Amino acid sequence: MDYFVELFFSGLTRGSIYALIALGYTMVYGIIGLINFAHGEIYMIGAFTALIVSTVLSIMGFPLPAIIILTALAAAIWASAYGYTVEKLAYRPLRNAPRLSPLISAIGMSMFLQNYVLLAQTPDFLPFPALIPDFAFMERFAGVIGSSDLVILITTTVIMILLTLLIKFTRTGKAMRATAQDRTMAMLVGINVDHVISVTFILGSALAAIGGMLIASHIGQINFYIGFIAGIKAFTAAVLGGIGSIPGAVLGSFILGLTESFATGYVSSDYEDVFAFSLLVLILIFRPSGLLGKATIEKV
Amino acid sequence: MKPLLEVKGLSMDFGGIRALDHLDLRVNQGEIVALIGPNGAGKTTFFNCLTGLYRPTAGELLLTPPGGRTKRLGGLKPNLVTRQGLARTFQNIRLFPNMTVLENVMIGRHCRTRAKVLGAIFRDRRTRKEEKEIVAASLSILKELGLSDVINEFAKNLPYGAQRRLEIARALATDPLILLLDEPAAGMNPQETRELDELICRIRDKGLSILLIEHDMKLVMSLSDHIFVMDYGRKIAEGTPDEIRTDPAVIKAYLGEDMDDA
Amino acid sequence: MLTLKDLGKACLIALWFVVLTFPLMVIKVNPIDRIITWRWHNMLWVGLGSFLCYLAGRIWLARRDVRLRRIRQGLAEEKPPLSRRILQNPAIWRPLLAAGVLFFLAFPALFSTYQTNIMITALMYVVLGLGLNIVVGVAGLLDLGYVAFYAVGAYAYALLNLHFGLGFWTVLPIGGLLAATFGILLGFPVLRLRGDYLAIVTLGFGEIIRLILENWNEFSHGPSGISNIPRPGLFGIQMSLDQSITYLYYLMIGMVTFTIFVVNRLQNSRIGRAWFALREDEIACQAMGIDKTRTKLTAFALGATWAGMVGVIFAAKTTFVNPASFTFLESAIILCIVVLGGMGSIVGVIIAALVLILLPEYLRAFSEYRMLVFGAVLVVMMVFRPQGIVANIRKTYQVEEK
Repeated sequence: MDYFVELFFSGLTRGSIYALIALGYTMVYGIIGLINFAHGEIYMIGAFTALIVSTVLSIMGFPLPAIIILTALAAAIWASAYGYTVEKLAYRPLRNAPRLSPLISAIGMSMFLQNYVLLAQTPDFLPFPALIPDFAFMERFAGVIGSSDLVILITTTVIMILLTLLIKFTRTGKAMRATAQDRTMAMLVGINVDHVISVTFILGSALAAIGGMLIASHIGQINFYIGFIAGIKAFTAAVLGGIGSIPGAVLGSFILGLTESFATGYVSSDYEDVFAFSLLVLILIFRPSGLLGKATIEKV
Repeated sequence: MKPLLEVKGLSMDFGGIRALDHLDLRVNQGEIVALIGPNGAGKTTFFNCLTGLYRPTAGELLLTPPGGRTKRLGGLKPNLVTRQGLARTFQNIRLFPNMTVLENVMIGRHCRTRAKVLGAIFRDRRTRKEEKEIVAASLSILKELGLSDVINEFAKNLPYGAQRRLEIARALATDPLILLLDEPAAGMNPQETRELDELICRIRDKGLSILLIEHDMKLVMSLSDHIFVMDYGRKIAEGTPDEIRTDPAVIKAYLGEDMDDA
Repeated sequence: MLTLKDLGKACLIALWFVVLTFPLMVIKVNPIDRIITWRWHNMLWVGLGSFLCYLAGRIWLARRDVRLRRIRQGLAEEKPPLSRRILQNPAIWRPLLAAGVLFFLAFPALFSTYQTNIMITALMYVVLGLGLNIVVGVAGLLDLGYVAFYAVGAYAYALLNLHFGLGFWTVLPIGGLLAATFGILLGFPVLRLRGDYLAIVTLGFGEIIRLILENWNEFSHGPSGISNIPRPGLFGIQMSLDQSITYLYYLMIGMVTFTIFVVNRLQNSRIGRAWFALREDEIACQAMGIDKTRTKLTAFALGATWAGMVGVIFAAKTTFVNPASFTFLESAIILCIVVLGGMGSIVGVIIAALVLILLPEYLRAFSEYRMLVFGAVLVVMMVFRPQGIVANIRKTYQVEEK
């Protein structure tokens, strides 16, 4: 029974990280209808920035709480800047191009960023120091749920609540929803669509960076390639929930996280990635609109 | 005699919205039939259902070729509908922009020809003969529509009026029984519209039937043998141009003050 | 042409990139030994690089605008691009073609075995590029798992040889057919999907194939792969290593010729036109009586056939296969070849394959940056020149006067 509970919590942790990344995919897709291939790389860059900043701060002798806060801020800010720049360079000029063009551009951007980090940093795995200490009060749950699982769960829940509030109630959030529904109409009623799209990329990137920092500290090592697999899995989660739908992305992420956790725990870990990919292929074939997405009829 | 095309009780729902509501319509052999109605009345949706791009919620679509047996078109894929003899143009021109004018028309011959991959690679005698026939047929259609001079131009480089004609040429290349034209005169100047009028008559005289969506009332009234009027997905009137001109429901729903001027 | 404002903007952009890349480019940490390396000089390179790139892009756009304006005002003629002027003038392209053919035929005699070996690889990518070109360039289906079919071919030879002792020439067509079968099996359910979903599904499929090869030890011998695969034979003649490489080279030349011949004929056929039309407008295509699914499926399966056959040749060339040769990056390289060459353009794809594969081999300093550049190529081509280096040329017809 303990094993089951342990797998359950580890699945939740996985799921919440996927959710942080999947939200970026789903928001961007909702607004400009593009699968932002480079999003996984933004997450990876977030993790690297976090590693660099936290190490520098810790060598400079900052106290742990300050390190955590500053690292999170730095990772979010820099990842957002990357997200913003990528959109401006690789996607904005292709706003009216045929549908495949921005997709190819996105694949190119993803390769570029991956190899940029490889060349600027290292091709090897880097150890990531655990940022989250083991809390004393968590000891009695040891073997079931760790301190960092708890922190990840709480952080992602808070972030998701904030995001929902932002999208529901703020001006920017309303503009985002309007743009997602009908870009031309949004433009006509005076919404600065370019601005909305930039904000979407910035928000998505910041979320991914926080996800990158949390998971890196949880797993304990990173390399330039982590964005690729994480990106595909988060995308799977987004599609599972219904791409373009924010609650869908969260739901899909938890389902994927839990199933992966149980499958690797009870069956075999060799095929962990095969499992996620197969799930993706199956959903797209049998229910491309996902669990919470709406089926659309193509306009003629 | 059975009508060439008979539509019975056609309905189409999008989610909760009923775009077409029990529509009945018939087109007889050799007739020009017009479908009119205000914007958003469901005319293009009707075309999309007819040509298989949308799957209608209910209703029957029956096609009876002269001397042939009645076939059901409902539920067929678009390419099969075209093969049965319905060819269409689009409201917002949908040519193949980066292909030449001739190639655009040659695509129309696709469903009447058979060459497969092996034929393409080995270019056996039958394939060569077929290819020659495709080119000849396409060229003769282009000549008829006055596009002979531009056969090697990219479709996207043609002026607007020529693009409209090319779309008709491409549809004609599929050897249709019925030609469906979705607002062919939209954006044309009076001169071009007059030419279009003549062109449609010429096509009819060759034995084709034409179903036409159009906003240009002068064109509709002068061309049509029969007119159907739609509003909110429903048929509100049908009849000859003279009957439609005086139908109070039509005047109220659609023509309104235009007719007072006329 | 450049105003002060442009220079100011270039400075700002340079500053933005310096700040953006600061943590990754300047700082390098070693978290275990707690050492920080500061690489301040990188700031200079980033700043200078982005400054110059911005100015170059600016000038390019300004010149294009000027040219377009002059054409619109009727001051200048719209010049056909250089590639088209060359290709449409037999007096130019015939000698070029003859020189090219001579060069490639004489290559093994002129250069070392090592060079020939590199050229074989480049020629393999030419064929892969032409194969993917059918799928992506002509039919407009973004296939990101192309390498899976390549793997199918390679493993088909490795395994059929290992278990049944089948020879190269027997397996070459089998590998192609097997890959085509995989293409059809995958294509049947997924080709109904919209373009971007198709891209993801094929990517997923490519990874599934690789992961299966990596983990299913009994079947594929896992990550260590299969070695001692025989090179292609020639009527049982014993050949030295050099001779067999030369033989493989000419085999590859034959393969390239065959591919060009077939692809060219396909493109100018009823099927080929349907592929192009499908890329241009799916809905109009269906309305013109073209069976969308079947047309896509033929493109997909034919593209896969070529990958399968090159896969067989690859296994025979390296005499060793393992899953590491079939990663997503391989698919990305082939995609890059198609995009750089020009979607649907045979000449363009050949040039792009030779450039992209040979350049990093000969410029060793550059080879480290290979994948970085490939990524950049994809973005830059999409933004500045989506038609590729050699735009696709349509066949022209003459009206016969009677």
